[in-house]
Amino acid sequence: MSSVQQAVVPAPAAAAPRRTAKGWAYLRYGAGKVGGAVISLLAVLVTGFFLFRLIPGDPVKTMTGGRPVSAGQLAAYRREFGLDLPMWQQFTDYCGKALTGDLGTSYQFRAPVLDKIAEALPNTLLLTGTAFVLYTALGIVLGTRAAWRHDRLGDRLSTGLALTLYSVPSFWLGLLLIIVFSVGVGPIPGLFPTGGMESGGEEGFAYVLDVAHHLVLPVITLVAVEYGQTLLVTRSALLDEMASDYLTTARAKGLRDDLVRRRHAVPNALLPTVTLIFVNLGRTVAGVILVETVFSWPGLGGLFYQALSVPDLPLVQGLFFVFATAVIVMNTLADLVYPLLDPRVGR
Amino acid sequence: MSTQVHGRGLSGPTRSRRRMPATVAVGAALVLSAATATPLDPAPRQAAAADGAKVLTVAVAQSVDSLSPFLASRLLSTSVHRLMYEYLTNYDPKDSRAIPGLATKWESSPDKLTWAYTIRSNSKWSDGQQATAEDAAWTFNKMMTDEGAATANGSFVSNFEKVTAPSPTELVVRLKKPQATMTALDVPIVPKHVWEKVRDFSKFNNDKSFPVVGNGPFVLTGYKADSYVRLKANKSFWRGSPKFDELVFRYYKDQDAAVAALRKGEVSFVAGSPSLTPAQASALKNADDIKVNDAPGRRFYALATNPGARARNGQKFGDGDPSLLDERVRHALFMAVDRETIIDKVFQGHAVQGEGYIPPRFSPYFWKPSAGQELAYDPAKAAQLLDQAGYRTNSAGKRLGKDGKPISYRVLCHATDPNDKAVGQYLQEWWSKLGIGVTLDCLDNVSDPWLAGTYDLAFDGWSVNPDPDFVLSIHTCAALPATPKDVGATDNFICDKRYDELYARQLAEYDPVKRAAIVKQAESRLYDLGYMNVMAYPNAVEAYRTDQIKSIQTMPSAAGNIYGQDGYWSWWSAVPADSGGSSDSSSSTGVVIGGIVAAVVLVGAGVFFVMRRRAGADDRE
Repeated sequence: MSSVQQAVVPAPAAAAPRRTAKGWAYLRYGAGKVGGAVISLLAVLVTGFFLFRLIPGDPVKTMTGGRPVSAGQLAAYRREFGLDLPMWQQFTDYCGKALTGDLGTSYQFRAPVLDKIAEALPNTLLLTGTAFVLYTALGIVLGTRAAWRHDRLGDRLSTGLALTLYSVPSFWLGLLLIIVFSVGVGPIPGLFPTGGMESGGEEGFAYVLDVAHHLVLPVITLVAVEYGQTLLVTRSALLDEMASDYLTTARAKGLRDDLVRRRHAVPNALLPTVTLIFVNLGRTVAGVILVETVFSWPGLGGLFYQALSVPDLPLVQGLFFVFATAVIVMNTLADLVYPLLDPRVGR
Repeated sequence: MSTQVHGRGLSGPTRSRRRMPATVAVGAALVLSAATATPLDPAPRQAAAADGAKVLTVAVAQSVDSLSPFLASRLLSTSVHRLMYEYLTNYDPKDSRAIPGLATKWESSPDKLTWAYTIRSNSKWSDGQQATAEDAAWTFNKMMTDEGAATANGSFVSNFEKVTAPSPTELVVRLKKPQATMTALDVPIVPKHVWEKVRDFSKFNNDKSFPVVGNGPFVLTGYKADSYVRLKANKSFWRGSPKFDELVFRYYKDQDAAVAALRKGEVSFVAGSPSLTPAQASALKNADDIKVNDAPGRRFYALATNPGARARNGQKFGDGDPSLLDERVRHALFMAVDRETIIDKVFQGHAVQGEGYIPPRFSPYFWKPSAGQELAYDPAKAAQLLDQAGYRTNSAGKRLGKDGKPISYRVLCHATDPNDKAVGQYLQEWWSKLGIGVTLDCLDNVSDPWLAGTYDLAFDGWSVNPDPDFVLSIHTCAALPATPKDVGATDNFICDKRYDELYARQLAEYDPVKRAAIVKQAESRLYDLGYMNVMAYPNAVEAYRTDQIKSIQTMPSAAGNIYGQDGYWSWWSAVPADSGGSSDSSSSTGVVIGGIVAAVVLVGAGVFFVMRRRAGADDRE
């Protein structure tokens, strides 16, 4: 039984042993999920190594293409990257290093993979995190409203708009916003920068404002194309709840319609949305390559693309591991949170 | 069950907490809107920054691989190095001939093995120390002795036996064998007193502490990966200070966004990678205060034929179609390619018809076939040639190979290059009239089948340097891989004894005129072989704002490119326009309207909150 429930519905003293048993059940359930996650992570570590060696292309040839390079230089590259070693030895080196937290050195940038990731990760999290908060909130609020007054004009308009934006390609919408709100069309002036994360040279509060200024259009793009999903899931979940008896009871108590919705219906309908929230949270780390490209946002998505095109094996492996870790951790968290929200899960 | 869940207290007295998401959302939206009202629009800073400094901003897309001249090989990084450091020699912006750089003059010994350079005494490092021959000798010696320092430019010193600096103005290089490229050593000379402290050259990226000591026309003052590269004018540069005070390379990963930034005035210059598209160019041609520079480029665009892949040890590999080993077949295929249509329809006029191997802008080395030698567009003659070679058509009009099966070629194309796909479709049409089938293999990364020799023909292209040695060297037998398992410098496995002789002769010829004549003979031989058919020389299509840049040097000066020159001419020569550009007024209007938008959002949010509060008051009753 969840702590929330315990706090709000005080259980009689006689129920204590039952509660302990439930606590053990939850612990067992949680340990199982966490154990599964650890195994998944190890599998990701191994898969990452082999998966990206299947990508066509020789990293050394790609990196030296188009310029004079002697055979000695090519050999030096291979030796430096460890590509001259047998595959099994490359694999054991990789595993040994990974287990000590060393993801290797990027071929193309000659810098530790962890440094490159640490450089871009905050940028991505700022963009996708801000967008995530906004589209989740917007999706839940609008989804609730649409369901509560379903099939009315407001619902049709709101759901229709959300569906339309959901199906719009993000890079196209981004480009459109740049043309309208960055360059300016007719009477609309160019209010926002056309790209990047900063103008460069600002410090302190001016820097924060500068980054916020650059953040507006990419965040609007992401929110516009993403909120529809949350809206639709929330709407359909709430519609399922709306016929429930407990809502009739609540209304019979004399509660206002608004209260019935907010206090009774929505909390019960949020479960599918919670799943979606965790799935989306896991995705925020992977970045949004198209939006990052259109708005020249220096994030992980762009880094991953660059790493793949070489292929810069250590960087690709490192990023793959980070992305997968984020998804696995979030899914595990969702699994752990579920029984707290719905006691039927995890029994 | 549902009632139990319903009783779980989530509907308890936590009203204000449950409102959090909406409040957070509105709050965040307000912060964002408020940001729009701040006067941060970067546009007015381009031509004249707040402190009056003239800033030249260039839109770029390519990431910096490294800012260490010992590691960098990408065009953007090496262009930045051109601005930061002097090289021994430079190239004349008029015709790309070698002219003095850090060296004022040079001469070779009668045995052709010793080169003596005189180092100028009027070049200082930006920390005040004198740049000397010792710095140059140390740079070359480091590359010869430290594998990490040889990463990017090791090939330039592989034929060096010994490099010494007998005095601060004398640099002497002793070669193992003659090498005509000694006035084209594209190696940045670094200050010894700074770089001798570097421990591991293979990992040092020169991007942690600024400003970076250099002696070029600009000094590197800041860098943030995929955001910007910032340089300041070197006021004491020996050739004269640049006219702009600052040069900023800003990142626009999407070319349409970069064009939008140019229209707005956020950047002064856009090059595109490798060029603006015809649609972008024609749209910008009609825009105010923007000049499109549509000029001869330095690339050639060719159709390479697989001559039967092989290694230096004589082993053959790959599976190129045997019919392509017949010179008549290769000639016939190229004679069925209508280059005029390719220029008009595919490049939409932004290219010049291909002739010889080296583009016409490198005038000393440009060669074109004589009237009798030229493989002009003539489909009927092409069909005749195929008939003569014994490849006849069957009753269905399909041309048959020696094995009696219909001939169909695999053409390797770059999935990322729309030109490849468009030309490929024309090839299908033109060669089907000869009875030959074509399958386009468009891949993101063509290097695997390319290196394995598992293709018949392929779209190929190279950017040519003022010194032609490198683009010539990739067709020599010496460039083949040592064994089929190795990777060689070869482009498409061409190995021809006569061509090799000509290549070796030009490399040992120090007289520029005589050398050019031999290079032309080598080009002629390459043309006759028919393994490398140049279809076009694509133009460099780039654009800049005339209200920010008054004038800028192209290379060649008559008509040439601005971005990616051999030398620092464009950015060094750029003269700022007098006015700050028209972007100032629009951006201040922007700020005003941004403020109004923010105010409307604020009022709307206020009304929203008041209404919610009222509803809440009703609930409490």
